[in-house]
Amino acid sequence: MLHEPAAQSKSDPASGFKVSLGAWMFLFYAIIYIGFVAINVSKPVLMEKIVFLGLNLAVVYGFGLIIFAMILALIYNALCTAKEKELEGKE
Amino acid sequence: MYILAEISTLAVIIFAVFVGFVLFLSFYLGSKAKSSSGYFAAGGQIHWCVNGISFAGDYLSAASFLGICGMIATMGYDGFLYSIGYLAGWIVALFVVAEPMKKLGKYTFTDALDSKYNSKGIQLIAAISTLVVSVFYLIPQMVGAGALVTPLLGFPHWIGVSMVGIIVITIVATAGMASTTYVQFLKGSLLIVFSIILVICTLNRGFTTEPKVGGIEDFYKYKSIEASITDGKVTPADSSYSVTKEAHEKTKDGKKGKTFLKMEKDGIQGWWLALEKDGVVTLEETQWVTTNSDATKIINGAPESEENQLRPVGNCEKILGKSGDEVKQGSVGIFEFLSIMASKDTIVRRWGTMPGAGLEGIDEDTKIYYPIYSAGNEIMRPGQKFKVQGTPLQKLNFISLMLALFCGTAALPHILIRYYTVPSPACARKSTIVAIGSIGLFYILTLFMGLGAMTNCVINLESSNMSAPLLAKSFGTFLFAVISAVAFATVLGTVSGLIVASSGAIAHDFMDRFMAIKMEDKQKVWAGKLAAFAVGIVAIILGIAFKGMNVSFLVGWAFAVAASANLPAIIMMLFWKKTTAKGIIASVLVGMVSALTIILLSPSMFERYGLPKADAVIPLDNPGIISIPLSFIALVIVSLMTQKKD
Repeated sequence: MLHEPAAQSKSDPASGFKVSLGAWMFLFYAIIYIGFVAINVSKPVLMEKIVFLGLNLAVVYGFGLIIFAMILALIYNALCTAKEKELEGKE
Repeated sequence: MYILAEISTLAVIIFAVFVGFVLFLSFYLGSKAKSSSGYFAAGGQIHWCVNGISFAGDYLSAASFLGICGMIATMGYDGFLYSIGYLAGWIVALFVVAEPMKKLGKYTFTDALDSKYNSKGIQLIAAISTLVVSVFYLIPQMVGAGALVTPLLGFPHWIGVSMVGIIVITIVATAGMASTTYVQFLKGSLLIVFSIILVICTLNRGFTTEPKVGGIEDFYKYKSIEASITDGKVTPADSSYSVTKEAHEKTKDGKKGKTFLKMEKDGIQGWWLALEKDGVVTLEETQWVTTNSDATKIINGAPESEENQLRPVGNCEKILGKSGDEVKQGSVGIFEFLSIMASKDTIVRRWGTMPGAGLEGIDEDTKIYYPIYSAGNEIMRPGQKFKVQGTPLQKLNFISLMLALFCGTAALPHILIRYYTVPSPACARKSTIVAIGSIGLFYILTLFMGLGAMTNCVINLESSNMSAPLLAKSFGTFLFAVISAVAFATVLGTVSGLIVASSGAIAHDFMDRFMAIKMEDKQKVWAGKLAAFAVGIVAIILGIAFKGMNVSFLVGWAFAVAASANLPAIIMMLFWKKTTAKGIIASVLVGMVSALTIILLSPSMFERYGLPKADAVIPLDNPGIISIPLSFIALVIVSLMTQKKD
């Protein structure tokens, strides 16, 4: 049987840029995530430390990881969309 | 006495209306979706924003709503670690997997994996992996369904599980991915909206050290009496209590365990926990259940009845060092709520469980629920469930779990197939971003809902899974009814997605591609529907068998199997040019078998088998730290050994 995607899409000249950008952003986030796990394992009591507004490091870092993921996702989309528009019709 | 199984007519009506609407939608869409593209991928024409919320509906499963909230309610911040790990996994999905999966695949994850190779081996092993991961993911959803239906409709666990199974089979068998998408969209939207409402209610209520039990009855003040220890024997200071039995916790290495006393006063018996702090000994009232040989139960000294059930628990003993009327009344802000909880001057009464089998000096089938006093600063950081201050092995277990959560999302077949329902790779990317936004918002809410349950005396001692709906119940029947219906929809949405993924693996990957059975388009749809029916029946059986396990914990295993079996193959196929078909087969096989082996020989499974946890062949509960690297290594070695010669 044919094995094409369920919905056909155009060729994507921005593909290389997006793969590279995605890999770097992934690495960046992964390092911050590893930092969170590392503190929990090596110095868990540090997570009790109040950072600001009465919130401890555990809450600030945990919320931070969630909110940072949202911000990175928006930045990634903005950069990808801009590149797609820039290269539209060039290939 | 508090009636746990009180059945609300309103809850039943809202529940019935919701299920009726979902079924109507399924039959309506089913009349339109006749092709295999429509059945397996909703024709690839879903709007990216709808798909993004449907992602949330798919992903925010019983594990997220019931399991995480339940774990936060009983273990504090440790439960929130699941929220962090689950959300972080979407970064892998967005940056690495989303667009390539959309470009390469047709209906299933196997399509994408096999797109460069056209290998029978990949088609078979990826189909098996899809089925295994989906079944592992299905178990907690079905367990959650049973936990929900019992207090909502008063049915036993097995009926709840069967109901979900039958409704979901109907949804999937009518319109496949189209109906599944809209059920998930509806459920995802409702879940987030009503979770926000529940959090607002919780913040508006504020704090008290004497919350109403289950939101209904006056706070029950647990007794604490002074005692003394002479020659290791505990004696209550109040002579009106007579000790009838003394039981000691069985421990390894001669460590001192807990001591429980059975005491009688005015003809009523009860178990008490002996606590020693700073040289002062007190006896703390517990709750307990004894199961008689004829299966009848004694609860807290009286026969079980509709009126006599275990009391819901969870309250603050001190709030910023104050108790009773001294505590500031009224609503609290978001940051104030968290800072009060994180204070070392806030003391929470949590509850532990001690089965009779863990005690010496007790011959009856008794389970004792005893109080644990924890300071806020300890509850609001990791350590209650995951022993991050413990042995290297315990730390490794924690790292392994966090690794599996991070790597598992982008490898879940029922999530990956949602990339095929949108028209383009850009839409796949945008729908992932909508998913991250909505799922991230929900996960932040879980901390507030879980802590709200922890401090509002709503936790069911026998199962933490119902903590969030029971928190809603403390605000009134309407919110409980709606939240329960939404929670039920949560199960429906996720199970539907899992069954579509499984039926795709059987009908499309295995029958159509691997076995090359000649089928017309309509026959493929029928094969998918029959496969959905079979997987649904298996899900019902497993949901009944695994009753009582924390659903979030079970989902952790599904993530570990997915991350081990699928992710290394996906990543290497996309980024390493030397990857071969045989390398991918080896990677999926090694990842899946090693993860399953570690799980089946783990302490948690030994406990499930009725064997001592200490006898487990492999001391790790979470396999990811071993099985994920093994899967990568297998792929690299086999790929290098099977390179085509120029």
